[in-house]
Amino acid sequence: MSAGCAETRVDSRKQPVIAIRDLGFSYGESPVLEDVDLEILDGEFVGLVGPNAGGKSTLLRLVLGLLEPQRGSIQVLGQAPRQAVRRVGYVPQFPTFPRDFPISVEQVVLTGRLGFGPMLGWYRASDRAAARHALAEVEALDLANRRIGTLSGGQLQRVLLARALVAEPLILILDEPTANIDQRMEGDIFDLLARLNARLTILVVSHDIAFISGYVGRVACLNRTLVCHTTKRVDGNLIHQLYGDNVRQVAHAGSGHGHAHHLGHQGH
Amino acid sequence: MDTPTTLVTRGTDPMQEFFQALGQYTFLQTALLAGLFASLGCGVIGTFVVVKRIAFMAGGIAHSVLGGMGAALYFGVDPLLGALAAAVLSALLIGLVRLAWNAQEDTLIGALWAIGMAIGILFIAKTTGYTTDLMSFLFGNILLVPRRELWFMAGLDLVLLVTVMLFYRQLLAVTFDEEFARLRGVPVAFFYLLLLCLVAVTVVLLIQVVGLILVIALLTLPAAIAGHYVHSLGGMMLIATLLGGFFTSAGLALSYGPDLPAGATMILLAGSVYVVSAVLSRVLARRRVRRRALVAREAGG
Repeated sequence: MSAGCAETRVDSRKQPVIAIRDLGFSYGESPVLEDVDLEILDGEFVGLVGPNAGGKSTLLRLVLGLLEPQRGSIQVLGQAPRQAVRRVGYVPQFPTFPRDFPISVEQVVLTGRLGFGPMLGWYRASDRAAARHALAEVEALDLANRRIGTLSGGQLQRVLLARALVAEPLILILDEPTANIDQRMEGDIFDLLARLNARLTILVVSHDIAFISGYVGRVACLNRTLVCHTTKRVDGNLIHQLYGDNVRQVAHAGSGHGHAHHLGHQGH
Repeated sequence: MDTPTTLVTRGTDPMQEFFQALGQYTFLQTALLAGLFASLGCGVIGTFVVVKRIAFMAGGIAHSVLGGMGAALYFGVDPLLGALAAAVLSALLIGLVRLAWNAQEDTLIGALWAIGMAIGILFIAKTTGYTTDLMSFLFGNILLVPRRELWFMAGLDLVLLVTVMLFYRQLLAVTFDEEFARLRGVPVAFFYLLLLCLVAVTVVLLIQVVGLILVIALLTLPAAIAGHYVHSLGGMMLIATLLGGFFTSAGLALSYGPDLPAGATMILLAGSVYVVSAVLSRVLARRRVRRRALVAREAGG
């Protein structure tokens, strides 16, 4: 943690559900993560922000056990990530499947039930009930019989959220859940996440620092190392510290939050 | 137009001739059954091949099989057993390389494709009476399928069906979204290799009917045509199996009268239907979009 960062006030009574210590990772010779220390406590709603190529997605992949740390350690729910991953719900930034795959929304959500019940055979009635319940929770039950390729970006995001929730996770991890949808839906999704936070610990990656700071309890800023994690609202100083000079703040129509726009990359 | 009488001038209708012969000759009945057994594999596993986009991989497995067939022939073992061993071996090899390195698989498939064929050709060249065998391995000869091999084919079908039924959820998950399947604790590597082994078994089933060069067509075309119209994996499997049965039976019937190679006739039939279906499904989709836009405009206005 660098100087000038606000002190993180953590509730010592709560248990960390994700504990990252002294983590280092590199692809080939270029380091992506260095000396990352981060604890996320039970019931927290944490936003992970930082510039593109700052290591956010790599950190998520390490927490999910899809990558192995080269230095340091990660514990999720007191276990190695790979052991804990069944109790973690994950919503990827981009769908990792072909959109023209012949599969219905309900079938997609049902794949989230893998790992429950016997290994052989078909889904059980309880799996189907759980899938419909998860779809109802994200207000997408009417999409159950639609083909996955016919959904809009916002609908798809809800379905992927339902696929994560149907596994009854204790932690929910989302990688830029609103990157591909319009602003109005962005608010809807985060309102939904805020409701889910009543029973789940949530870690959400976003490039939109100011927007998520209105929802999350704490922001962790990652640019190769953890620049800062703070309970304070994000201000100009922090944005400057994280991104450097190439940032201007613009007013965000409708939401009342200021948005930080990093001029060095596109796609916002 | 004198078409109604042209066929009759030859004395018999080719279709009538086929059905008469079917009642008479057991080799033709065996051929028909062999085609139907093969279509079950091409429907069920072909669907996985199409949606997982591993047709090139299936092509590599099919061609490398010649190595196993040639070696088996040379050592006096049943060529089908050699084919099965070679198919499973190359499926595992391709699968393991893809899982370990990810980027190198197309090069490896190309290499295995050629190496397998080269091994086969060397063995066959050193075995007496090779020419007819080589031709029937490459292009199939459904009329020469011995009756006892129907049992072998039925056994392979049973293995395919039981495996897919038991592990349908996992195979679907691995085919649909490998990363998510891994996060749900599914042993992705195991099921990926299992899927490739099922492809290998299907290749051996189909080699009987159309030969190893044409296998890839029967493995992909029926499922691809089904995919134009149905949008569930189970539906695709059912329609592709029925289409496979139709292509093999109709190909056999069409080829019998004029004495054409049955395998090639089946593939041309499947290929023609595929082309027509691809154009038709596109036209239908475009019309649907236009109609929807019209309805939306009327509702808006």
